[in-house]
Order: sequence, then structure tokens, then C-alpha cells
Amino acid sequence: MSAMFPWRRLLVWSATAAVMIVAPLVFTQGFAVSMLSQMGIAIIFALSYNMLLGQTGMLSFGHAVYFGLGAFFAAHALNAIGANTLGWPVSLLPLIGGAAGLVFGVIFGYITTKHSGTPFAMISLGIAEMVAACSLMFPSFFGGEGGISTDRVVGKAVMGIDFGPSIQVYYLIAAWCFVCMIAMFALTQTPLGRMANAVRDNPERARFVGYNPTRVRFLMLSLAGFFAGVAGALEVINFELITAERLGTVASGNVLLMAFIGGIGHFYGPIIGAVLVTFLQSALSNYTQAWLLYFGLFFLVMILFAPGGIASLLTLHKPAVQTRTLGRLLLPYAGAAAAAAVLMLGLVALVEMLYHLETKAEQVGTVMSLFGRQMDTATAQPWIVAAGILVVGGVLLAFVARFVRSGWAHVTVAVNRAKGI
Amino acid sequence: MPAALELKAVHKSFGKTAIINGVDLAIEKGERHAVIGPNGAGKSTLFNLISGRFAVTSGSILLNGEPITGLQPQQINHRGLARSFQITNIFPKLSVFENLRCAVLWSLGYKYSFWQRVGGLKDVRERADELVGMIGLQKRRDTVAGVLSYAEQRALEIGITIGGGADVILLDEPTAGMSNTETADAVALIRNVTVGKTLVMVEHDMSVVFGLADRISVLVYGQVIATGTPQEIRGNKAVQEAYLGAEVE
Ligand SMILES: Nc1ncnc2c1ncn2[C@@H]1O[C@H](COP(=O)(O)OP(=O)(O)OP(=O)(O)O)[C@@H](O)[C@H]1O
Ligand SMILES: [Mg+2]
Repeated sequence: MSAMFPWRRLLVWSATAAVMIVAPLVFTQGFAVSMLSQMGIAIIFALSYNMLLGQTGMLSFGHAVYFGLGAFFAAHALNAIGANTLGWPVSLLPLIGGAAGLVFGVIFGYITTKHSGTPFAMISLGIAEMVAACSLMFPSFFGGEGGISTDRVVGKAVMGIDFGPSIQVYYLIAAWCFVCMIAMFALTQTPLGRMANAVRDNPERARFVGYNPTRVRFLMLSLAGFFAGVAGALEVINFELITAERLGTVASGNVLLMAFIGGIGHFYGPIIGAVLVTFLQSALSNYTQAWLLYFGLFFLVMILFAPGGIASLLTLHKPAVQTRTLGRLLLPYAGAAAAAAVLMLGLVALVEMLYHLETKAEQVGTVMSLFGRQMDTATAQPWIVAAGILVVGGVLLAFVARFVRSGWAHVTVAVNRAKGI
Repeated sequence: MPAALELKAVHKSFGKTAIINGVDLAIEKGERHAVIGPNGAGKSTLFNLISGRFAVTSGSILLNGEPITGLQPQQINHRGLARSFQITNIFPKLSVFENLRCAVLWSLGYKYSFWQRVGGLKDVRERADELVGMIGLQKRRDTVAGVLSYAEQRALEIGITIGGGADVILLDEPTAGMSNTETADAVALIRNVTVGKTLVMVEHDMSVVFGLADRISVLVYGQVIATGTPQEIRGNKAVQEAYLGAEVE
């Protein structure tokens, strides 16, 4: 054993656990618990995806297959538990989902992991399409369009817990999420996890130190399938319903976005991505029908300006923290945020007006209420104002960008001085 | 006792172009053997065939008397053969220590284990750190390999190659592109890490070749035109005409 006990790591994990325990006590609005539950599920799913993309360098377009199949098996198992034909505690249902995810990970992994790079990505897409097609062909298992519904409250309550109230479900999900996070982190610290990085960086060299890259990819994909299946089973418990769209390519694309936005180069990146994307998706979709457009824009901006994701933005600031020059950046950042807010105000106004004019004007007329004001989208004035705000925001942002740059120049000088350059 | 490495009538063609035209070669256990020859003679191709990177077109290759023809590179590695590359081939995003750890994991029996914490494996850590010391990169232990200097990367390349404890080592131009002092260091390193092992080395620098090798084979147009001790090779007429000529004098 290494001499140093990893206190720091223990601290990080304890803090994580504390946040997960306290979160539903802090956010008490009606939808908050449901959203937190979804975040927990998304975290497991996104981390399992990153076992492929970030750790082994496999770009998969079909990871929802394992999530979805795990969920369907879990749904049928839960129904069997309810019908008393299967004796299994609901709290351990994720093991059934995980087992299903693992089995399909083994099957599809065997087919796909002989390849890497673009061929692997294409085959994963093919498998996703094939499984989606199968879901239409076997309505008895996949439940057709309506999906499979189920009831998580089965049998007698154990110590008052029957998973009826959504807060109980949240804590079940949080517990599984925590265990899965630790398990997936631990995996990165094993010989297989380390060799996955080696295979990602240089599969050929891995061969000449004794490792078969295909075998490494296969094992990582199988294990990732397990964790995706666990997430799927938790989804079944949470919603008591699973439909075939959850294993389709849109769902697969979504988990890719989560991992990417959070940052695939860091273990915790997908956690941030899962939390943020889940929040944006449910928050935005509550307020606007154009949310997919905003979400797409957000993704675009991230790819263009922070291709390493939010995690890499955070690590970027580490030297500023170490040299105590972060303060130099705060004011410019605040200015940039204000300018960006103005820009977004103009943009959102334009998009919403356009949306109103195109989709609702025929039924309800051209007048709409936006940010608490009435405006007629058939007249030029609101358009001119919105466009003006957009332009002003853009100019402001370009102006403030200089201060951000000079702030960074200060940081760089301090960092170089600390290095003795 | 079988030869450490034996090639029998090995041929290799890429499409219609024959690159290796019937190579027979036997390298004894514990021998330091240099393969020399002009550019494009097929030396690297020969290494690629031996190490399983390419499949032979015909002929057979034996490692310690056992056929290894047609095996995958990792299978050949498991039988005790390791190689370095003429063009540096490391894990550029991993640290020096991590590169070497990857090189030792298999040989210490951890294979694809996902139930052991690599940081807790004392033998792995000690062996990897021993290698860091052997290749003289203690100060660069935790540096990402991609930013090392050329000579440091070449040293790491050798470290990765010997890390798995293979007893037959192939080094492809280990000193190419190095300054005189760097070359001297590299030669000392090679001498040091191949004690008790069989070494096959492609090398253009004749002082390195004549300083290190017990025997030399000369490869020209995919054929071995001579094999012998440094003295024999120096005195060989055909070799002088085909290749050595001016360089030795
Ligand atoms: N994969 C390949 N496909 C086609 N031709 C190849 C391939 N690899 C090598 N060759 C050709 O085989 C010939 C021998 O190449 P090789 O790299 O073995 O030479 P070498 O003796 O190592 O030369 P050098 O001293 O320059 O390293 C060259 O003409 C090369 O173009
Ligand atoms: Mg060569």
C-alpha cells in the first residue's frame, strides 16, 4: 500500500455524498425531487458513456441501447415482482438492469470492438438502429408505442419504505448513483482502466507491451453496458414507464452531449454535464417550445469555445487559483456575463417572436407577451428593438473581451514568475 | 539448445514488390546481433515480420525453437519478445512513469484485472520506478511523455521495450538522430539493460555496431549477404562493395 492515505479523495467523496443527501432538503419545489432523481440517473449513464469515449477512445452512437434494454428487462422483472412470480427486492432491481446491460454489452461488444475509430462509430450506430427496429417488431416485449408501464410499489413496506413517495425513490437513486460513481472511478485506477487509456492513445503500442486492444475495448464496453443498464433500471423505478424511444439514437446522442459538454477528459466532467443538461432540458422545456434550438446553440457555443467541456474550463483556472490571481479575472468575467446576458436577451426575443409568428399567430393573433410586455409581432418596432439589443450585446461583449484578455495576461505573468521564468 | 530466434526462408512482398527475399538467420541465446544495410534494404520490415506487425508471405520464424509465424504481436510479446520502433512509438499523453507501468503490467501477471488498484501494486510501482531510474529519467518521472526531448523519448522507447522483461529484444535504430554524447549514453543504456538477454539491433552508426555487436548480418535488397563477427564483416569483400566501403575506413 502507498504510504499516504488519500485524505483529499475521501474529502471529495464525502462532500459529494453530503450534497446528494442535502439536495432535496434545499430544493423543495414540487418538480425539484423529480429533477434530482433524473440527474442521478443521468450521472450514472453519462459516466458509463465516458468509460468508452473519454477513457478508451471509442465514439459510440448507440450507448442508449444498453440503458434501454436494461430498463426493459428491469420493467418486466418489476412486473414479475408485483405479480409475485419473482422474489427480488425493488431496491436491487438495478442489478437486473445491469445484468441485462452487461449481457448485451458482451454480445454487441464482441461484434463491434474489433474495430476502432470511425468504423466503430458507424457499427455502433448500426446496432442502435437495429435494436430500435427490433423494438417495433416485438411489441410484446417493448410494449409498442405505449411502452411498458409498471408499478414500483410492490409487497409490504420494509421499515416504512415502499418507494411510493418520490423522495424515497430519490434516495434510492442517490445511493445507487454514489456507489456507481465510486465503482467507475475505482475502475479507472485498475490495470484494465490504465490500459484503456493506453489503448485510447496508442493501440498499436499497447499490442507490443502484451495487450490486445480489442480485448481491452471489449471489457470496457461490457462493463459500461452494465452501468448503463443500472441507470436504465433506475429510470424504470423513477417513471414506472419505459418506452422504446429511450433506447433510440436520439437518447444515444443525448448522453454523448452530456459527456462532451461536461468534458470527456476528466472523470468528473460527465457528472457536471449530466447535471447541467438535465437541468437545462427540464427547465427550458418548461418555459419555451424553442428549447431544442437553445440547447443546440448552447452545445454549438461549447464546442466552439470550450471543446474540452466545462471540466477543462475549470482546470484552466487552476494556475490562477494557485497564484492567487483569480481576482484579476472576476470583474472582467462579470462584465462578460452582463454583456452576454444582453446579447441573449436580444437573441431570445428574436427567436420567440419568430416562433410565435410561425406557429401560433394563426390561432391567437400576432400579439404576444414577452418578458412581461405585450408586443405585436406583425409590426416592425419589436423586431428593431430586439435586433438592436442583440447588436448592442455583441458590441459590449467584444469590448469586454479585451479586459478578459488583459486579466489573463496578468495571470500568465504571475504563473511565469511562479515558475521562475 | 535451440536458437533464441531463427528465420527460415522468410519472404515478404507488398503487392507485387518483394521486399524480403528469403532470409535465413539464426541468433543464439545471449548474443548481441546487429543488422546493418543501406536505406530501404528491408531491416525495419524484417523486425515487423518477427514481431508480428506484418504477416510473412512465406517462410517461418521460430522463437526459442517454437514457431511464432502468424501470431499476433501481443502473443509474440507474451512468449518473450519485445521491440522498439525506429519512429518513436510511446503513449504521448501518459507520464513517463505511466508509460513504463503499462509496459510492466502484463509481465507481472495483472493482465486485464479490473479488481485490483494499480496504485496498490507494490511490485508494479517498484519495477516501473526501477525502469525510470535505468533510463535516467528520474527528473522527468511525472512529465507527460509527449513533451520530452527527442533523446528522452528514445530512452523511454527503450524503457517500454525492456519493461516487460522479454529475453529477446529488438531495437530499431535506437541512436538515430542523436548527438555524440547522447549516442554514448544510449549505448551504455543498451549495454546495461540487455545483460543476459538476446539483442537484435538495426543500426546505421558503425561505431555503435562494432562496439556492441557480437555478430553482424548485412541485409541488402531483402537478402542477408553476409553474417559474421565484426572482424569477418570488416574483411568481407562483398560487404565492402555493397555497403560498408567508405564508412569503415
Ligand atoms: N507497409 C508497407 N507497404 C508497402 N511498402 C512498404 C511497407 N513498409 C515498407 N515498405 C517498403 O519496403 C522497403 C523497405 O523498407 P524498410 O523500412 O524495411 O527499410 P529499412 O531497411 O528499415 O530502411 P531504413 O534504413 O531507411 O530504415 C522500402 O522500399 C519501403 O518503402
Ligand atoms: Mg528502418
